[in-house]
Amino acid sequence: MKMSERDVTEQIETRKPLLEIKDLVTRFDLKNGLFGRVYGRIFAVENVSFNIYPGETLALVGESGCGKSTIARSIMQLDRPVSGSIKFEGQETIGVSPKKLKAFRRNLQMVFQDPFSSLNPRMTIGKAIADPMLVNKLLPSAKAKQRAGELLERVGLSREHMNRYPHAFSGGQRQRICISRVLGLDPKLIIADEAVASLDVTIQAQVINLLMDLQADLGISLLFISHDVAVVERIAHRVAVMYLGEIVEIGDRKSVFRNPQHPYTQKLFSSVPVPDPRLRRSELNLNFDEIPSALQMPDFVPKHLPMLKVSETHFVRETA
Amino acid sequence: MNANTIVDVKDLHVSFPLEQGKILNAVKGVSFQISEGKTLALVGESGSGKSVAAMTIMRLTEHDSAVIDGGKIDLRLRSGETVDVLSLPLARMNDIRGADVSIVFQDPMSSLNPVFTIGDQISEAIVRHQNKTEKQAWEIALNALQLVRVPDAERRMKQYPHQLSGGMRQRVVIAIALCCRPSLLIADEPTTALDVTIQAQILDLIRNLQNEIGMAVLFITHDMGVVAEVADFVCVMKQGKIVETGTVFDIFEAPKHPYTRALISAVPKLGSMIDKDHPEKFPVVETVETGV
Repeated sequence: MKMSERDVTEQIETRKPLLEIKDLVTRFDLKNGLFGRVYGRIFAVENVSFNIYPGETLALVGESGCGKSTIARSIMQLDRPVSGSIKFEGQETIGVSPKKLKAFRRNLQMVFQDPFSSLNPRMTIGKAIADPMLVNKLLPSAKAKQRAGELLERVGLSREHMNRYPHAFSGGQRQRICISRVLGLDPKLIIADEAVASLDVTIQAQVINLLMDLQADLGISLLFISHDVAVVERIAHRVAVMYLGEIVEIGDRKSVFRNPQHPYTQKLFSSVPVPDPRLRRSELNLNFDEIPSALQMPDFVPKHLPMLKVSETHFVRETA
Repeated sequence: MNANTIVDVKDLHVSFPLEQGKILNAVKGVSFQISEGKTLALVGESGSGKSVAAMTIMRLTEHDSAVIDGGKIDLRLRSGETVDVLSLPLARMNDIRGADVSIVFQDPMSSLNPVFTIGDQISEAIVRHQNKTEKQAWEIALNALQLVRVPDAERRMKQYPHQLSGGMRQRVVIAIALCCRPSLLIADEPTTALDVTIQAQILDLIRNLQNEIGMAVLFITHDMGVVAEVADFVCVMKQGKIVETGTVFDIFEAPKHPYTRALISAVPKLGSMIDKDHPEKFPVVETVETGV
């Protein structure tokens, strides 16, 4: 199934969403002492709602601590959400049986930031890629191995690498291995959590190109989590900007980048260094404002402002 | 050495002995100079030897068993005297480090001591180098903290590093580096660990302080966006060698070496997609992935 970029955009308007997140809330209690008294609470994700459509890339941008990764972990239910709804192909996935959860997780796969800690140093690459297929009982052992070789070639490595161990590979190659490992399960959505953040810029470009090729060939949706606004502008169909656990702006890439509405989005975009010395800012901004902490007392009740409509595809949170 | 030159590195070679008699040649014949008030950016990917070259100016690499195989580093001190760094006894180096040359590292948490207050840590450098009493040093330290625009500086002086955010910690490290008004500041990826809004603040701060103090800055980074923001001159390093050097405009507008071109074309430019309806791949860049 090969889809051109244009097909994808047209389908977004007509198709049903692959993943629907509604009013997702994830909080972490901080406890101490013998009786586990709750002395503080981290309001990591607050009333987050968004949809991901088949074959599109939704990018989640924001600074460290704003809750991007917690959203990813909550979708996979690695962190249990406090409330909210996560529907995959119309089916609710919160509170289902472990068996159903396993089947659901097969369709959603994660690629993490650090390719060094996400591969077992004692497992050959071939085994690491075949393992998820065996765990999910997709293929018998011999065929899984065969498939692992094909997947390695798919991501630009060679079949001969199967018997080597992770230490023999560079960071970019390891990230390719992690990508081929998730492809073995034929996922419908890949969650890439800062998947290119630790790579050198030339390698980063190659890995992003690989993800975009795979999306075009296989029609996979991507939830691309990143702090790098310039990378996001390259890869995303739609963009969601996060600030302190909330989505403050969400919309199609062109509209959000051309016409950012929320003050935080504007600040984030204007902070990105421009790789052109002629466009260097002449006046120096010596402000020192900091992002407030998501850690509050347990009885804190967060305020939620409504989202306003900018256009059919672009929404922004009201500012106080 | 030219009258305005602060540091002049000539044909520097540094290597690390490995196991089984192997040798890693980290820096292979690097030369550059920086003038007063100017910023040189040393650019390259991880493992290209840029940090080793810069840290050798402070003779910090020898603690990691590095061997300086050759070359010369001339440094102009604040007193106007010029010294050959590589031939100085280590006791003399201790007087120069932190006073005439300072360094700011990538990770502010591991540069600060968790069990001393911010005020103690800034004062320490002043007591060591400026022959002041602790009380006088505390006053100078407070000024330094105000210089790097830490809000509520008096209260912060009595706090510990864990009570500060990453951006504030990096300001403290910069305050320590600048409290003796060095002639050369080495900034080794000072903003890589920070968020982009904080990065913009720190870059503006370094540029502003450079105008105020007039120091030379050696800025090490892998981010071409940052280079375009801060640098006057650029040296591009690859595998221990400088492959291209020029003014920041030469490098960005007429890059000559294929590696420099690859580096620039791989940098995503915010706004480059503003008229495009659909996502686009990066232009194909031919580079070889290199291991250690």
